[in-house]
Amino acid sequence: MNFGERIPAIYGWGSYIPIYRIKLDDIAKAWGEDPVVVKKGLEVEEISVRGPDEDQVTIAINAAWNALKRAPEVNPKDIGAIYVGSESKPYAVKPTATIVAAAIGASVTIRAADYEFACKAGTEALISVIAQVASGMIKYGLAIGADTSQSWPGDVLEYTASAGGSAFIIGPKSTSSVAYFEAQYSVATDTPDFWRRDEIKYPRHMGRFTGEPAYFKHITLAAKELMEREGFKPSDFDYFIPHQPNGTFPIRVALKLGFKIEQVKPGLLSPLVGNFYSGSSLTGLSRVLDIAKPGQRILLVSYGSGAGADAFSIVTQEAIEEKKRLAPTVDYYVNRKKYIDYATYLRFSNKIYGL
Amino acid sequence: MSIMSVPKAPRIWQLAERRYRLIGTQCLKCGRVFIGPRKICPQCGSRELRDIELPKRGKIYSYTVVRNPPVEREKQGPYIIAIVELENGCKLTTEIVDCSPEEIDIGTVVEAVFRKIGEEDKTGVIYYGCKFRPVK
Amino acid sequence: MSMRGEVAVIGVGMTKFGEHWDKQLRDLFVEAALEAIEDAQVDLRDIKAMFIGNMGSGLWVEQEHLGPLLADYLGIPGTPSLKIESACASSGMAFRLGVISVAVGLYDIVLVGGVEKTSDVTHGESIHHLASVADREWEAFYGMTLPALFALIAKRHMMQYGTTREQLAKVAVKNHKHGSYNPKAQFQRPISIEDVLNSPLVADPLRLLDCSPISDGAAVAIIARSDIARKFTDTPVYVLGSGVATDTIALHDRDDITTFKSIVLAAREAYKMAKVEPKDINVAEVHDSFTIAEILAYEDLGFVKKGEGGKLIDEGVTELGGKIPVNTSGGLKARGHSPGATGIAQIVEIVLQLRNDAGKRQVSNAEIGLTQNIGGSGASCVIHIFGNKR
Repeated sequence: MNFGERIPAIYGWGSYIPIYRIKLDDIAKAWGEDPVVVKKGLEVEEISVRGPDEDQVTIAINAAWNALKRAPEVNPKDIGAIYVGSESKPYAVKPTATIVAAAIGASVTIRAADYEFACKAGTEALISVIAQVASGMIKYGLAIGADTSQSWPGDVLEYTASAGGSAFIIGPKSTSSVAYFEAQYSVATDTPDFWRRDEIKYPRHMGRFTGEPAYFKHITLAAKELMEREGFKPSDFDYFIPHQPNGTFPIRVALKLGFKIEQVKPGLLSPLVGNFYSGSSLTGLSRVLDIAKPGQRILLVSYGSGAGADAFSIVTQEAIEEKKRLAPTVDYYVNRKKYIDYATYLRFSNKIYGL
Repeated sequence: MSIMSVPKAPRIWQLAERRYRLIGTQCLKCGRVFIGPRKICPQCGSRELRDIELPKRGKIYSYTVVRNPPVEREKQGPYIIAIVELENGCKLTTEIVDCSPEEIDIGTVVEAVFRKIGEEDKTGVIYYGCKFRPVK
Repeated sequence: MSMRGEVAVIGVGMTKFGEHWDKQLRDLFVEAALEAIEDAQVDLRDIKAMFIGNMGSGLWVEQEHLGPLLADYLGIPGTPSLKIESACASSGMAFRLGVISVAVGLYDIVLVGGVEKTSDVTHGESIHHLASVADREWEAFYGMTLPALFALIAKRHMMQYGTTREQLAKVAVKNHKHGSYNPKAQFQRPISIEDVLNSPLVADPLRLLDCSPISDGAAVAIIARSDIARKFTDTPVYVLGSGVATDTIALHDRDDITTFKSIVLAAREAYKMAKVEPKDINVAEVHDSFTIAEILAYEDLGFVKKGEGGKLIDEGVTELGGKIPVNTSGGLKARGHSPGATGIAQIVEIVLQLRNDAGKRQVSNAEIGLTQNIGGSGASCVIHIFGNKR
C-alpha cells in the first residue's frame, strides 16, 4: 500500500479505564449461573464498570488527554479532525467529537464527527484520520474508540460488556512519531449477528451466529487480505491484536490464522477488564505500544458486528521509548481497581428502572 | 426530580469550555488566580486579567461528605465535596471521586479527571467538567 | 452623619417559626405585621413605607413582587413597599434600609419585616434553593450545599484551632435549652450532647442537630424617628449602631475560611457608630445556622480572640446567666431559621430583652444588645446594636 509522501503515523496514544470492577462470579451469582462454567467459557475474570458519573464522553476525553500528554509537540490548535467511534453515545444526536474538541482546546476550524459500526467504529474513526493526514487535508488528527458497553441484564453479554477506551494523535511520519501505518485493508458484508434498534437501550445478538460467520470470518478475511496484498506472513509481525469480545475468540482466531499465542497475549486485555466494544482492539494496541520496542511490526484487526473488519499494519519507531513515560499506561488503569457488587454495578450502569 | 431551576443549554454552554479545560483567570498585577472568569480583580482592583489553563493537580484544602443532597442529586448516594488548592494557589470547589472518604484527608494530593456533573433530565442537556481524584 | 440613636423600634411581632402547612407566605406576613402594629400602638395608615426581607419567594413559592403583594394584603395598597434580598441576611438588610430611610427624614414610621415560606416543596428542593446563596456556577453546580460549606469551615477550624466536636455540640445544647423558654421557638425541647453526637451525619463533621431547620415564618418590627417614639411606647429601643459588609461569594476565593471577613467589617462599622466595644454587649442574637457559625461569630464579633470560640462555649459565658448570653431566643437552631425572616426575628428577641419583656429567658439588666445576621457562607453580613437608652 502506498500512502504517498505523507505516511500517517501515531504521535501520541492514551487510554482510560474506569476504576470500578465486578467479578464474573458476582454476576453469575446474581443470575443463578455456575461461575466456573461461565468463566471457563469466556476466559474473563472480571470487567471494568463505569462510575456513576462516567459515560462514553468522559472516557473518550480522559483517553484523549492521555494521548495528548504523549504528544507534547502537537499543539491542540493544529489538530484538524476529531473522530470518535462508539455504540454507547450518551446523546443519540449531538456529537461526542465536539465535546472532545472543546475539552482539548482544539481550534474551531476542525472536522468533527462520530462513527458507528458496532465494535469497529473506533478503527473507522482511525481510518478517516489516517486518510486525511495522508492526503494532506490535515496536519494532525485525533481518533478515539470508547464505550460504556451495553448489555441486557441477565444476557451472556453482561459478563463481558465493560467500559474503557483509547485515543490516538495521528500526523505525518517524522522523528517525533512513535509508529507509522504501512497498510490498511477492510472488509464489510451484510451479516446480522448483533444489533441494537433505535429507541432500544441494549443490543441483541444471535449467540453462536456471532462466531464463525461473523467474528471469525471477517477478521480472517481482513487479516488475510492485508497479508496477501502486502506479502506478509504471521511471523513477520511481533504482535497480533484482534478485536476481543472475550478471552477465547482472540486466541482461536490467532491460531486459525497461524499466529502464536505469544503474539496475541501482550495486546489481549479482555480477560482482565472485558470488552470495551469500539475501544477494545484499540486499547489492545495502546497496551502493545506501552511495551513495544522500536522497529516492531503490529497487526491490528478490529471487528464490528453487522459486519466488517479493519486491518492495520503498524511499525514502531525510535520515539516510542521516550514517550511511554509521559502518560499512565494501560496496565496502570488495569491494576487500579475497586470491586463493587452486582447491585452497585446495576446502579452505576444505569440499569435500575426509574433512575 | 423537579424540572424547576435546572440549568438549560445556553447557561451550560457559556462556561462549558472553561469547566472542561479548567480555565481560570489570573490578575496580572497581584498574581492572584481565580477559577471563574473575571474582568476586575477582587483583591487589588486591577482590570488586567488574563485567562490561564489551571494546573490539573493540587491538594485537598477541606472536604466533607454530602448526605443530604439537593434534588438534582437525589438517589445518587452520598458524595465527597471539597475545596482543592491547585499547585498555583488557586482554590476551587469540586467533587472528589474514585475513593471513599476514609482514603482522603486535608492535604491529600489530587488530580483532575473529566466527568459528568449532571443533566437537565433524561431528555436534556448533559453537563460535563472536571472533578478530582486522589493521585495514587 | 451618624445614625446613632436617630431611630427607635416601637413595636415587634412574629409568627411561631416552624411548619405552617395551612398558611401561605402572605398569611404569615400579615399575622406578624398585625402583632407588631398592635405592639407599637400605631394605625396601619401611619405606616409610610415597607421594607421586606425575603430570600427566595421566587424559588419556593414562585412569587416575586412581594412589595406590592404584602402592602396590598396588609390593607395599605399605595404604600411604598419593596423586597430586599441578601440570602439569609435579607431581613437584617431590610431593617438597615428602613432605619436609613427614617434617619434621613424620608419617613416617620416604617414597617420592616421578613418572611419565608419553605415547607411547600420537598427537602431536596429546599436544599437546592438554599444552595442558590452560594456561587451557583462555581460551587453549587459541583454539588456544594449550604451545610457542606459550613462543614468545610468546621473541618478547617477544628484543624487550625483544635475546636472539638463536643464544643460544637454544646452550642446546639445551649440554644435548645434557651429555645425551651421561648413559646415562639420551633423546638422547645432540651437536648443533650449525646443527642447531638448520635444524630445522623448531614455533612461530616456536622450532624443533624448541628443544623438549623428550614422554617416557615415571618417577623416584623415597626420603627420610628426617635423623637416621636415615646408617643407610641414607653419602652422604645434605640438603634445605636448598624454595619453591613460583604465578602467573596465563593468560599474557595477566601484566604482563610475560618473567619468571616464580612462579620469583622460589619462589626467594626456597627461598634464605631454605637460607640461601644464587644465587652459592652449584654445580650446577642447571632447567626447560628450551623453550630460552627456561632463559634465563628464569637470570634469575628470580638467576644474572644480568633480560635478561642470553643473555649467560650466550654466556659458557659454565652449561656443564660453567663456574661454575654447568646441566642436567648434559641437561635436559628431552636427558634428556627426562616431565611427571609431570621434577621428581624433576631431583632424581635433583642427588643424584648431590652424592654425586659423576655419572660423566662430574660437577661437581667440588659441595656445593650447586638444582632448578627449572615447570608450564605458569610458572603454578606449585617449587624445592629441596640440600646434601651438613647
